[in-house]
Amino acid sequence: MEEHVVIIGNGIAGVTAARHIRKFSNKKITIISSETEYFFSRTALMYIYMGHMTFKHTQPYENWFWEKNRIALKKAFVEKVESDTKTLYFENGETLNYDKLIIATGSKPNKFGWPGQDLEGVMGLYHKQDLDLLEKYAPDNQSCKRAVIVGGGLIGIELAEMLNSRNIPVTFLVREQSFWNGILPQGESDMINRHIKNHHIDLRLGTNLKEIVSDENGQVKSVIIEETGEEIPCNVVGLTAGVSPNINFVKDSDIETNKGIKVNRFLETNIPDIYAIGDCAEQIEPVGQRPPVEAVWYTGRMMGEALAQTICGNRMAYNPGHWFNSAKFLDIEYQTYGWVHGKKGKPDYEKHFHWKHDDDTKCITVAYHENTNQFLGINTFGIRMRHETFDKWLTEKRDVHFVINHLAEANFDPEFYKTYEGDILSAYNQTLQTV
Amino acid sequence: MNDKQHHSISLTPSETFSLSTKEKIAVFIGVVGLFILALALFNTDFPYKTLGLSLSLGLITAGTLLFSHSLYTTKLEGIKNDRVWFKSLTSRGVTAWILGIVLTGFYLVLYFFPQYLGQGSSGEANTGLIALFDPLSFLLSGRPASQWFVYGTLYTLAILIFGYKFILKYRHNRYQQLRTVSVMFFQLGFAFLIPEFMARLNESPEYNLPYYDIKSMWPLNYYLFDRWSVNGFINSGNLGLALLIFGILSIFIISPFLTYKYGKRWYCSWVCGCGGLAETAGDPFRQLSSKKLSAWKLERWLIHVVLVFSVIMTTAVIYSYLGHDSTKYWLTKSTFLLGVGGLLTLVFALTLIFKRHELGKDANYGALGFFVIIAALFIMHYTGTSERLFFVKSSVLRSAYGLYIGSIFSGVIGTGFYPILGNRVWCRFGCPMAAVLGFQQRMFSKFRITTNGGQCISCGNCSTYCEMGIDVRAYAQKGENIVRSSCVGCGICAAVCPRGVLKLENDSMKERINSNDVLLGNDVDLMDYVNSKSF
Repeated sequence: MEEHVVIIGNGIAGVTAARHIRKFSNKKITIISSETEYFFSRTALMYIYMGHMTFKHTQPYENWFWEKNRIALKKAFVEKVESDTKTLYFENGETLNYDKLIIATGSKPNKFGWPGQDLEGVMGLYHKQDLDLLEKYAPDNQSCKRAVIVGGGLIGIELAEMLNSRNIPVTFLVREQSFWNGILPQGESDMINRHIKNHHIDLRLGTNLKEIVSDENGQVKSVIIEETGEEIPCNVVGLTAGVSPNINFVKDSDIETNKGIKVNRFLETNIPDIYAIGDCAEQIEPVGQRPPVEAVWYTGRMMGEALAQTICGNRMAYNPGHWFNSAKFLDIEYQTYGWVHGKKGKPDYEKHFHWKHDDDTKCITVAYHENTNQFLGINTFGIRMRHETFDKWLTEKRDVHFVINHLAEANFDPEFYKTYEGDILSAYNQTLQTV
Repeated sequence: MNDKQHHSISLTPSETFSLSTKEKIAVFIGVVGLFILALALFNTDFPYKTLGLSLSLGLITAGTLLFSHSLYTTKLEGIKNDRVWFKSLTSRGVTAWILGIVLTGFYLVLYFFPQYLGQGSSGEANTGLIALFDPLSFLLSGRPASQWFVYGTLYTLAILIFGYKFILKYRHNRYQQLRTVSVMFFQLGFAFLIPEFMARLNESPEYNLPYYDIKSMWPLNYYLFDRWSVNGFINSGNLGLALLIFGILSIFIISPFLTYKYGKRWYCSWVCGCGGLAETAGDPFRQLSSKKLSAWKLERWLIHVVLVFSVIMTTAVIYSYLGHDSTKYWLTKSTFLLGVGGLLTLVFALTLIFKRHELGKDANYGALGFFVIIAALFIMHYTGTSERLFFVKSSVLRSAYGLYIGSIFSGVIGTGFYPILGNRVWCRFGCPMAAVLGFQQRMFSKFRITTNGGQCISCGNCSTYCEMGIDVRAYAQKGENIVRSSCVGCGICAAVCPRGVLKLENDSMKERINSNDVLLGNDVDLMDYVNSKSF
């Protein structure tokens, strides 16, 4: 009898692990999820609400895929893990035994104890159920006269874009003085501020939520702003102030947790045969400058790939290469390779070269070491760049001068697009002359 | 793909997505233009046909342009697919079915009952809709209009006005803009005006040119080698001969060379008229193509069967009018048949010798198709007895092909079903040219769609908006290049990708299919990884 690998969570981390385990072995595999029957791409939830895609389009595999590949799917909610007997207890009273357990339960939206945070019409944007709620409370601008989004960041701006697509007025409360400026350098953050406002989104910077006010039916009526006491009438409140690991069900088990489930570099927990991957895992020793909990889509996939190797007998550490990420701010695409710091955690030696196009929708920031000129990372907005090229340059520890002079090699924009490498280079040379 | 239409659960009538005043005016103008056409359709005899026609086409154009303007220029540049799946027209709702049925009906009447459109038979003057187009036809070619002229005019107009809409929709994307200008140019010049002017040349006694759209090459232009067509060329002096030679060159030299350099996109989405209509008027329906594995399987069988059919048919047609006597003309039945057989054997052999390691399933089907034709040709020739049968059958075969493939598939289903099956049904399942170019693209083209390292988030926009039903995401999430023979290089996958993961590229032939399954973003020792994969 092949050993039974049970995976809790059918997000990208869990499903990647399952697929790769199947590729390399004949093990019995079961994926458990209470969210949806079949795997879907969480990153595409916004496009369903906006009407670009249907839910079906967000499922990368047709429904027959799972049976054909002998991956059993179980729709259930795990309440408790008993590691002594290797048993899972479900909410409905059933149990399931495993030989190896992979916990890939992802995140849940943060709530900071705001008064009214559990009212009807208050939601995050992470699960399929959040989308269903949004569809219920904000189907159009007659049912929802205004929505308020609390918290900046990537999910917040996606939610703003979604509501905007249905012409629902949006007030966007951001605690920071500028959008996502903990992560983005100021020039970029400023440009995105303006871009948000150009979409007629009511962006309120440096603003905190005091409370969410209920109507007589227990539904959201308005929000009150901390600083000014202003009351903003609204029908929907989106809470997008970050996410945290979704691990309540293991709190009573022997599995060691902190913010997330603590794992070593091999994604192993303190209990043999139990592993954690994706958003819910917390690295005991973080990799390089990465945070211990990385709630990023790509790292979930990478952890799934690495763990599948380990489970199939080729013990492999989670060893991500150079940092990369991407996002889209309304109409502006963003990519980052290596490290470019905003205000938060920026080392003293990190210096920036910033270039912005006059049309206010394209800019880049190149980070380099003050003393050695070593290239540390790049942020690009509105210009697509080639992952492979920057990965190579980071590995080769190229200097900033080389990178700016060879930027054209990294361009990934479609054919016939206007290129800006010349402008960037002359701006760079001018900066050098003035310094 | 069976996508249930999304319904708003709000009970109050939604004014969210209602038309602006400008859009209402645009709809009014456009519908008045259509109304004039409808009146003509019901045999209203306009006293001032030139005025009627100009008004009708002018108002339709003005309405569409004004509507497009209001739709796109009021918003910032960027991808504009909001609410596509909520609109009845673009999500197989009631409007889509009505439009599909109307279009299909139009095609049926056009192909099989042109008299209902007012086509004058046996020398009689045109009436109704076709008569309305007489002034334009006289202006261009000096002849009265026919149902094909009416169709050609409306077809070209559709490409032009919806092309303009497409350019506005993608005004942030120069690839899309240039490509659209290109299909508009080729449709207006090569497919519409030049053949009409060529018809005008026929007024002089030394010319007898057949109708010939010089960008539409065999096998898409399956009548190129028909007796009447070839006779027309040969009887038209140097110009005719030059056109015939150009036609043959474009099949065997020009098109393979361009496909080698740029993939089949140079044709399918930059030049071809069928592609032109699909990309402009058909653009709102691109998300309707089925991405199921079963659809892909059907596609591979169907398209190669159509190709085989068209090669056999053309061979039979040419064979049927060639003679036996080698003293009269160098090309006899025997040399022709042996020549075709030899050429196909050569293609078959070269494919097997040079591409045996990377023969995908598609290419296997293609090779199999060629083999079947070769075998059939040699059997027909050497059994001798079948020659008479072949001779008799060729006309039947030719008209069957014209009916089922040329009319029903390319027109009635291919275009009439845009709102139900998506805009490239014909190109995907039926076009013999697509099969030839696809085979070339798969075998020896520098074209591929590359994916950007590990940046894909599997959102599925690319697959959804692929009009050819390619599951682009399946490749992108693995970091694999896409070299599918069906890809027409429209570039929309790259445009809708929110992470900038896809890029259409022409690069060296080496390593165009890099399915080496690297852990995207994981820092592994690749040699170790490859070795350890074999456990």
